[in-house]
Amino acid sequence: MKVKVISRSSDDFTRERSQDLQRVFRNYDPTLRTQEKAVEYVRALNAVKLDKIFARPFIGAMDGHIDAVSCMAKNPSQLKELFSGSMDGDIRLWDLASRRTVCQFPGHQGAVRGLSVSTDGSTLVSCGIDSTIRLWSVHAATSMDSSDSTKKTIEAASVYVWKNAFWACDHQWDGEHFATVGAAVDIWNHNRSQPINSFEWGTDTVISVKFSPGDPNLLATSASDRSITLYDLRMASPVGKMIMMTKTNALSWNPMEPINFTAANEDGNCYSYDYRNLNEAKCVHRDHVSAVMDIDYSPTGREFVTGSYDRTVRLFQFNGGHSKEIYHTKRMQRVFCVKFSGDGSYVISGSDDTNLRLWKAKAAEQLGVILPRERKKHEYHEAIKKRYRHLPEVKRIARHRHLPKPIFKASALMRVMSDAKKRKDDRRKAHSAPGSITTQPLRKRRIVKQVE
Amino acid sequence: MDESHENDALTNQRPSTEHDIADELNLKMKKYLRGKVNDLEALKDKKLRTQLTIREELYGKSAKAAAKAEKWLMPSEGGYLEPEGIEKTWRIKQDAIAREVDIRSASNQYDIVLPDLGPYTLDYTSSGRYMAIGGRKGHLGIVDMINLSLIRELQVKETVRDVVFLHNELFFAAAQKKYLYIYNREGTELHCLKEHGAVLRLQFLENHFLLASVNKFGQLHYQDVTMGAMVGNFRTGLGRTNVMQVNPFNGVVGLGHSSGTVTMWKPTSSAPLVKMLCHRGPVSALAFHSNGQLMATAGQDKKVKIWDLRKFEVLQTLPGHASSLDFSQKGLLACGNGSFIQVLSDASGTHNYSKYMTHSMVKGYQIGKLAFRPYEDVLGIGHSQGWSSILIPGAGEPNFDSWVANPFETSKQRREKEIRSLLDKLPPETIMLDPSKIGTVQTTRKEKKTKQDRESEMEAAVEDVKGRKLKNKTKGRNKPGRVAHKKQEALAKVKRPYIEQKVQEEENISSKKQKTSEEVELPKSLQRFARKKAAAS
Repeated sequence: MKVKVISRSSDDFTRERSQDLQRVFRNYDPTLRTQEKAVEYVRALNAVKLDKIFARPFIGAMDGHIDAVSCMAKNPSQLKELFSGSMDGDIRLWDLASRRTVCQFPGHQGAVRGLSVSTDGSTLVSCGIDSTIRLWSVHAATSMDSSDSTKKTIEAASVYVWKNAFWACDHQWDGEHFATVGAAVDIWNHNRSQPINSFEWGTDTVISVKFSPGDPNLLATSASDRSITLYDLRMASPVGKMIMMTKTNALSWNPMEPINFTAANEDGNCYSYDYRNLNEAKCVHRDHVSAVMDIDYSPTGREFVTGSYDRTVRLFQFNGGHSKEIYHTKRMQRVFCVKFSGDGSYVISGSDDTNLRLWKAKAAEQLGVILPRERKKHEYHEAIKKRYRHLPEVKRIARHRHLPKPIFKASALMRVMSDAKKRKDDRRKAHSAPGSITTQPLRKRRIVKQVE
Repeated sequence: MDESHENDALTNQRPSTEHDIADELNLKMKKYLRGKVNDLEALKDKKLRTQLTIREELYGKSAKAAAKAEKWLMPSEGGYLEPEGIEKTWRIKQDAIAREVDIRSASNQYDIVLPDLGPYTLDYTSSGRYMAIGGRKGHLGIVDMINLSLIRELQVKETVRDVVFLHNELFFAAAQKKYLYIYNREGTELHCLKEHGAVLRLQFLENHFLLASVNKFGQLHYQDVTMGAMVGNFRTGLGRTNVMQVNPFNGVVGLGHSSGTVTMWKPTSSAPLVKMLCHRGPVSALAFHSNGQLMATAGQDKKVKIWDLRKFEVLQTLPGHASSLDFSQKGLLACGNGSFIQVLSDASGTHNYSKYMTHSMVKGYQIGKLAFRPYEDVLGIGHSQGWSSILIPGAGEPNFDSWVANPFETSKQRREKEIRSLLDKLPPETIMLDPSKIGTVQTTRKEKKTKQDRESEMEAAVEDVKGRKLKNKTKGRNKPGRVAHKKQEALAKVKRPYIEQKVQEEENISSKKQKTSEEVELPKSLQRFARKKAAAS
């Protein structure tokens, strides 16, 4: 007879000294963990609830401006530097880590409308309604010792005066040209006081401009005649133009897919376009209840942030029809400009109440140094949330957002209006000759025409 | 030449050993795969198919990793008992085993004789470290099974029918004469749960923190022990019973009744999930296998039956009485009857149970309760004269998981685990017959019968009617004419639903056709006029 029975001596399974770590034994046999799916589901439910609890996206406000913040620019070569311009002509350089002004750039007489930094991070370009373009040396602003508590001011390196007020400016991604827009689209060089090139199409004011991150010579502008126009610097005339039913306030190119750009529209929607095919939007991003004032893509190209006249900031997936996040505070007024931080983990908004606000890009993200155990836990939670995201209870909790009352009411009203319109269209269609009325998809409906 | 032969032999051998290793790994992997791989070829959605393929691959990889890690993570091998020559395992006595094993294991063989306070019932914690004992005459106690020390005993001075540990050894519940009580480890009475009534049998659902009890009137109660809410209170309507067991696989409570039926309950429905007739006589004992596929029942009809819970079919019927049944972690089945214990094993792995070990207690001892100690090769026996413990090699899981149930748990680990398990506490709705259904899609669509199916069905029905012989009626009512008429009537009756259905469908099809043809010509607003016209003409 051969016999063996399980025999465990406590010495083999417990620690020898109290300083030792406790010994851990694993057995992954599924029969030991009964009802594992139910347990996982409960954990997923708890994980989404925890996300709601930890969703505190607001980090802090940066005050200093004495008038509404009109534009912002991030320094492509410095993660924590941000420039902001205000309606009273004040330009400030902010240190995002300490949320303090590092330097001021006085000089503009009226509102500053455009700010842009060259890709090497050495030159700041500003333009405003005083018809001047000012170039500033960023190195001079940042090289001063930070221990000096008195805020430093810097003189403009050069000032170019031109014929018309400017609405926006943008620097080329690769090269030393920059574009300003106003009555016309002007292309400037750092070294010349006159534009090297100028484009005009129609008589209306151009209100925004963005260079393509993929092609240094390509730029898109939007104008108050409700058009979006594409220009190529190598050609004498514009490439193409598309007119929508409402005006586009701002544009942003997707940095990871530079054929696509998203337009922030006056009607509260954002429209993503492929610039090669402007007769149909790739995606319509809805949710804002008032005009979208500014838009900026995350450096990952997977999401973008929008600021709206309805006093909220929203985050969208690059291909999502509805926003995945809404940020608002009681004190934040009309949002005029938004920016993603260079590492894609923060969002900065500038609004009518003279403040810049710093937000987390992921509302429930834990800041600071994360221990390996914590990181593992977060990863586990992400995985189970992903696995059970389709279940109704998990979905309901994950989707729920508290909205300010005016926005809640306005969105309800908009829903009623759109439902009524749809009902009316359906009836009209039912009561007319078949084929006589065709419904266009929303992706096409707001486009009036395309001009070559 | 020889060398080349050797080389050939080597090359021939090598693949075979590799093959063996792969086979072994596949066998081990099966356990971790949690079911078959889905057939993804049938999917039309390409994107979904790719996503699911990637996921299936991941599952396969993780199962493989777990199977490979087994070698390092699970060093201990299970116990075994191997006969030599003509020896039979069931002839081997406990004394013989005690002589062969080490002292520590041999100390697990003992009889505690307390004839005044018996019969005894017992319960182990999920780690197998602690045992609660309850003597009928009011003797309650907790024993640490590793150093065999009595932690606390108390005399409640009234009948104790059952004891059960709650989620850890700090609390236990005792079913006493009139009410159910909860005590802590020090023996302090914490709660008196009057709502349960005079409880006969208790069970604790660890994942759900539910205390289930069945009382003298055959009422089943579920109480949440964390918040104290009474989750369910159901009348079984099948009389008094003290046969109750929780299926650890899905948390369903099984009750055995005097009518021979076994019912299965969940706390969210007042009707049983399953009601199955198992025996021709009262059910005397019930046990569930931990993998949820097997159930063993014993009845007064001198039969022990092993059931497949996936099909609700008998797999095996064994002769003999059993007053108590229990499955071990490794699937051994202990049956206790009178003073005799028989342990059955499924040696071939084909759900075919055969005699493995036997043990006879002193004549006159009446076995009340059998319970395998988790993670040990030990069977605890509560009987009329006290309690005993014997060695059953190969009963327990040799490798414990510190995060699931740790026999060497420190108080700090216990506190940590309590919090974790409370965070993962399952709602009572998660108790269902198939717990893997959670998180899956509910299919509600009915299969539509094809035309041929329906026709063949009708033919079968017609044949059935034709073959039926009419009863002989009284004089005058049995005329050939009447008989023919009756037959025809019966035929028409059988055919009618099929014909009606057919007509209905044809109508549907024709109306659809009409609609489409009109739609082309007229706008919707005018269609109503057109239809009228068509009907009139």
